[in-house]
Amino acid sequence: MDAFLTSRIMSDVLGGLTNGMIYGLVALSLVLIWRSAGILNFAAGAMPMVATYVGMVIFVSTLGYWPSVVIAIITGLTIGALTERVVVRRLYGKPPINPVVVMVGILIVLEGVAAAIWSTVPRGIPNPFSPIDWQLAGKPIALSSFSLYEIVTALVVMSAVAALFRFTKLGLQLRASALAPEVSRLLGVRVGRMLTLGWALSTGVGTITTVLVASNFFTGLTPQVMDGIFAFGFIAAAVGGLESPVGAIVSGVALGIVLQFVGDYINSNAIILVALVILVVSLMVRPNGIFTRNSARRV
Amino acid sequence: MITVTSLSVAYGAVQALRDVSFQAGAGQITAVLGANGAGKTTLLRTISGLVTPTQGRVDFGSTALVGRRAEEIARLGVGHVPEGRGVISEFTVEENLRLGSMFNKTPLAKGLAEQYELFPALGERRKQHAAKLSGGERQMLAMARALIAEPTVLLLDEPSLGLAPLVTAQLMKTIKDLCEKKKLTVILVEQNAVTALRISSHAVVLNLGRVVADDDASVIGEDENLRQYYLGMSS
Repeated sequence: MDAFLTSRIMSDVLGGLTNGMIYGLVALSLVLIWRSAGILNFAAGAMPMVATYVGMVIFVSTLGYWPSVVIAIITGLTIGALTERVVVRRLYGKPPINPVVVMVGILIVLEGVAAAIWSTVPRGIPNPFSPIDWQLAGKPIALSSFSLYEIVTALVVMSAVAALFRFTKLGLQLRASALAPEVSRLLGVRVGRMLTLGWALSTGVGTITTVLVASNFFTGLTPQVMDGIFAFGFIAAAVGGLESPVGAIVSGVALGIVLQFVGDYINSNAIILVALVILVVSLMVRPNGIFTRNSARRV
Repeated sequence: MITVTSLSVAYGAVQALRDVSFQAGAGQITAVLGANGAGKTTLLRTISGLVTPTQGRVDFGSTALVGRRAEEIARLGVGHVPEGRGVISEFTVEENLRLGSMFNKTPLAKGLAEQYELFPALGERRKQHAAKLSGGERQMLAMARALIAEPTVLLLDEPSLGLAPLVTAQLMKTIKDLCEKKKLTVILVEQNAVTALRISSHAVVLNLGRVVADDDASVIGEDENLRQYYLGMSS
């Protein structure tokens, strides 16, 4: 058993699982916005990055880790809501290229502003978890208290989002607004408010993700910290189907594990190549994603 | 009671409603009849706040509706079953009904029980996705979803569209019974004039956005000119 847990295959699976959970969270935050607004949020990494700087750089030294995390999340929710109210609301019903340009613009501006304020030097975020792998019978197993923290947090966030959508009145209204905005209004649902809430929720999920990524001792926080991870999260969302939260998470985790094996058995330079091949092939075979049942897009 | 006064609506250069005035009495069924493009659907969409008129007013009792948002008008007690029913296919029967009962005061379980008693077919399929329902069942679900919100006014847009004659007859009977039992004010938009006039007490005929007749349903039903030119009924 010990030998199995410390084997090369198992350590790839565990390492891939940890990364995959992060990709799954990014994909989930993309799906949350795509389903309600039909917009691909290219700033889905940059908006949470700013929130993470606010919480984890300004407050962490005085307040400690957990209160700073709460501040980061609240900032993220606010940034998401404000972006929808102030910018995105003007984009509904415009040609699809408009939101793409605007969201890429926001990404560039936010990364520039963050670099101007906080510089591009990685900031370590002191946190209660050790990044050093545990050992079994003298051999390392690809799990640390930090990676367990990442996995558990991701599971909690995913379950919380699922429970919100499935069991609460608010979740029902969020889903209805996304599927049938006009009918929802006729039933009294404040669809505009639901859209704002969707952006807040998505950026909140993104902020938790960014806090996890930046808390990693080996990564730290930089203005570009989410760029690469956003790319993998986007691939996961596209492969799983942008309409499907479950698909996003499952393909995020699967992508993480596959890429870990690629990095270990082939070459770490092959990772992004293989990811792109997976994207292209899946778009050719199932353009609407593996987990999307019907091909009809909301109009 | 719904009072429509001098209502005009334009979509760009196209005038959809011109100076429309009529009253839908409380606890009565008012039929709105007319050919395709007469402005019937636009009229309902304007009453429920989805379309903003260029002029005129809509009053619900003493409350002015023009200028309010659709979601607010819905919460005031104006239920609207849109053309094509607007059932959410991805939702189960019960989720559709839960969405309808979001803003009423009656507990959900009681509201559901009431609707399942009224439409037993829905009770049997409560866990099924609405996509699996037949046309008649979808119409029932759309009605039940509007009713569970406990509206005072019910706007029905072509409820008989695509339904078999027998199903339509049943549906019309249900509408009439509901109107009497719940003291509902119903505005019933129909292309199928015969069916609609049978259960209505009052009727308004629209043609190219104008009111061409506004009278008791029985009077409208007897009028040879109206029957021939506007209602497509042979004499």
